[in-house]
Amino acid sequence: MNFEKKSEINIDRSLGDFSYDVDYTFDAGVGLSESTIDYICDVKNDPDWVRSFRKEGYRKFLEKPMPTHWATKDLENIVFENIRYYLSQGSIPKRTWEEVPEDVKKTFERLGIPEQERKYLAGVEAQFDSEAAYSNIKAAVGKQGVIFVGSAEGLREHPEIFRKWFGKVIPSGDNKFSALNSAVFSGGSFIYVPPGVKVAHPLQAYFRINAQNFGQFERTLIIADEGAEVVYMEGCTAPKFETATLHSAVVELVALKGAKIQYITVQNWSSNVFNLVTKRGVAYEDAQIKWIDCNIGSRLTMKYPGVVMKGRRARGEVVSIALAGEGQHQDTGAKMIHAADETSSNIISKSISLGSGRATYRGMVHVPKHLKKCKNNTECDALLINTQSRTDTYPAITVRGQGHSVQHEASVSQINEEQIFYMQQRGLSEAAAMSLAVNGFVNDLVEQFPMEYSIELKRLIDLEMEGSVG
Amino acid sequence: MNTLSIRHLYASIGEKPILEDLNLDIPQGEVHAIMGKNGSGKSTLAKVIAGHPDYTVTSGDVLLHGESILGMDPQVRARLGFFLAFQYPMEIPGVTIANFIRAALQARLPEGEELEATDYYAELYAKMDTLGIPRSFTARSVNVGFSGGEKKRCEILQMMMLKPRCALLDETDSGLDIDALKVVASGVNALRSSEIGMLVITHYQRLLDYIVPDRVHVMAAGKIVLSGEKDLALKLEAKGYDWVSA
Ligand SMILES: Nc1ncnc2c1ncn2[C@@H]1O[C@H](COP(=O)(O)OP(=O)(O)OP(=O)(O)O)[C@@H](O)[C@H]1O
Ligand SMILES: [Mg+2]
Repeated sequence: MNFEKKSEINIDRSLGDFSYDVDYTFDAGVGLSESTIDYICDVKNDPDWVRSFRKEGYRKFLEKPMPTHWATKDLENIVFENIRYYLSQGSIPKRTWEEVPEDVKKTFERLGIPEQERKYLAGVEAQFDSEAAYSNIKAAVGKQGVIFVGSAEGLREHPEIFRKWFGKVIPSGDNKFSALNSAVFSGGSFIYVPPGVKVAHPLQAYFRINAQNFGQFERTLIIADEGAEVVYMEGCTAPKFETATLHSAVVELVALKGAKIQYITVQNWSSNVFNLVTKRGVAYEDAQIKWIDCNIGSRLTMKYPGVVMKGRRARGEVVSIALAGEGQHQDTGAKMIHAADETSSNIISKSISLGSGRATYRGMVHVPKHLKKCKNNTECDALLINTQSRTDTYPAITVRGQGHSVQHEASVSQINEEQIFYMQQRGLSEAAAMSLAVNGFVNDLVEQFPMEYSIELKRLIDLEMEGSVG
Repeated sequence: MNTLSIRHLYASIGEKPILEDLNLDIPQGEVHAIMGKNGSGKSTLAKVIAGHPDYTVTSGDVLLHGESILGMDPQVRARLGFFLAFQYPMEIPGVTIANFIRAALQARLPEGEELEATDYYAELYAKMDTLGIPRSFTARSVNVGFSGGEKKRCEILQMMMLKPRCALLDETDSGLDIDALKVVASGVNALRSSEIGMLVITHYQRLLDYIVPDRVHVMAAGKIVLSGEKDLALKLEAKGYDWVSA
């Protein structure tokens, strides 16, 4: 059997591949300069400290080289002068779908967001290009003191909490793209969960890019106070344009003593999107942070969610699924920084490469010498679906000192044509057989997703396999 | 009507011919057995009928209920009612037996029609009970970590669920203890009817005490060299294969 033969066929992204003409009231134009940043500050009515934070971010962005010495050369194809850095119809999100302008609302309706909100979410923020068009939290959740607003409202209305943590988990100069985000950030969520409050249903953000050669730079900050628990999910899509689109978010999580944060991403950007995202959390004593990260779309994704385990017995987890189809490069991984005794981390990464797709795993696990009884478990499994596929694993595990427990396992496997034949003999088409095998490969991880997301994920894998065998 | 009809079949793998002028008819409602030395081409015949892409049919024909199936993809042949119990069933990590059989049944339904889950599970459990497969197996990945005997029972389970019109069992008895052999045989016998034709490949006449064949064929060097009644199997067991070629 030859899986390559028909893999030219374009993958069906029908669900997200559409765009509507929208009149933008605010448009920072093309390219990036100090005046672009001033424009954004003016539109958003930023306080002075934010303006200087942005300017500093911009300086660092200019200073920092592209990380092409270790990362892919494809980064050089991002033309920063061609990107539009801010587009919106206004910076105040609506609280009801009725108030959302029709041209934007129909996008989210088509993506099924209001329906999902009614069914199983505690709150939703729907971002359209640079700003949230809609943001609302169920009344019962709001009554518990939970704050769920856009980043702009967070910094204006809740400065005492916001400023304490903003830019602290990920300093603006962390990398070139976190610096860029710091300069031009707009949108994203600010969440605060008061001590002991356990938010029963997930909060969700949906990020939608509608415009061409646009850059989306949302900024999310989630703080779970002592003993609090919250699950946050994000989804994202964009239409497929000929020109490159940039998505460069910064997400900071803070889990105070005994808190639990779960952050779930199902990324299905169109194949012209550069998705360069910095995500990191700090977990204090007995706190847990878990990133569940699923990358299916984009042209290039570079994303290594991290957890800094700052308090005793803190736990960090990254569960990641990457699917690299034709022409895609999923460069993903995890960073686990152990900074207290008895902290434990777990990384499980599964990647699937097909056609010319390429999956890279980069892991960093750091346990310094003075700590006691830390644990790390790393498993990375790669599945290759034809001979052109490529997978690389760069696990960097530095563990100093004694009495730690570290486990690392890696595997590379291929879908074997005898398996496909066996399934075909039972009546499954080649594409269905491939889907089943691929779903089987990621099954144990998909089970950790909330039901609605795991169904969506299965659907996306099916589409991808149909595309790959024709 | 013949369930399966094989006419002057020649098949090779790469440049190497394996089946040479093989002829065989299985009338509807009959069970035939094929015996033959290791490497005589029995499994090759099974895979050629199933449509394995590695084998090239150079001439001849295979008819399923009178219809030539040689140009068809394996899944099309399967949906027409052909089932192969593999000599070496494949492992499919992460795919549970329940989901696998369900997907196979679903694939036979017209577009837009959904398999009824409650009925499906009721039937699955009932058949597992008959075959002595613990119900906990529904949640296990297909063949992963199964013992040899468990794999064979699982093949029979799939056969019973998919209800083929033509079934070919390739050494389903190998590696089975006597109890398992009886269970498997009862599964096969339960399926036996005037509607279906079956071909059973085996090395042991013992199986044929439980699945009594209408005809026994001996295969050597890629063709059927001798055919007879059930007692042919006894003779073979007593005298060995050299007696046939002599
Ligand atoms: N993929 C292959 N490449 C090369 N030779 C093959 C291949 N598959 C089968 N053969 C050869 O074809 C011949 C027939 O093999 P086959 O598996 O059909 O035998 P069999 O009768 O089923 O034997 P057994 O009783 O051991 O199961 C053998 O000589 C075998 O080595
Ligand atoms: Mg064989």
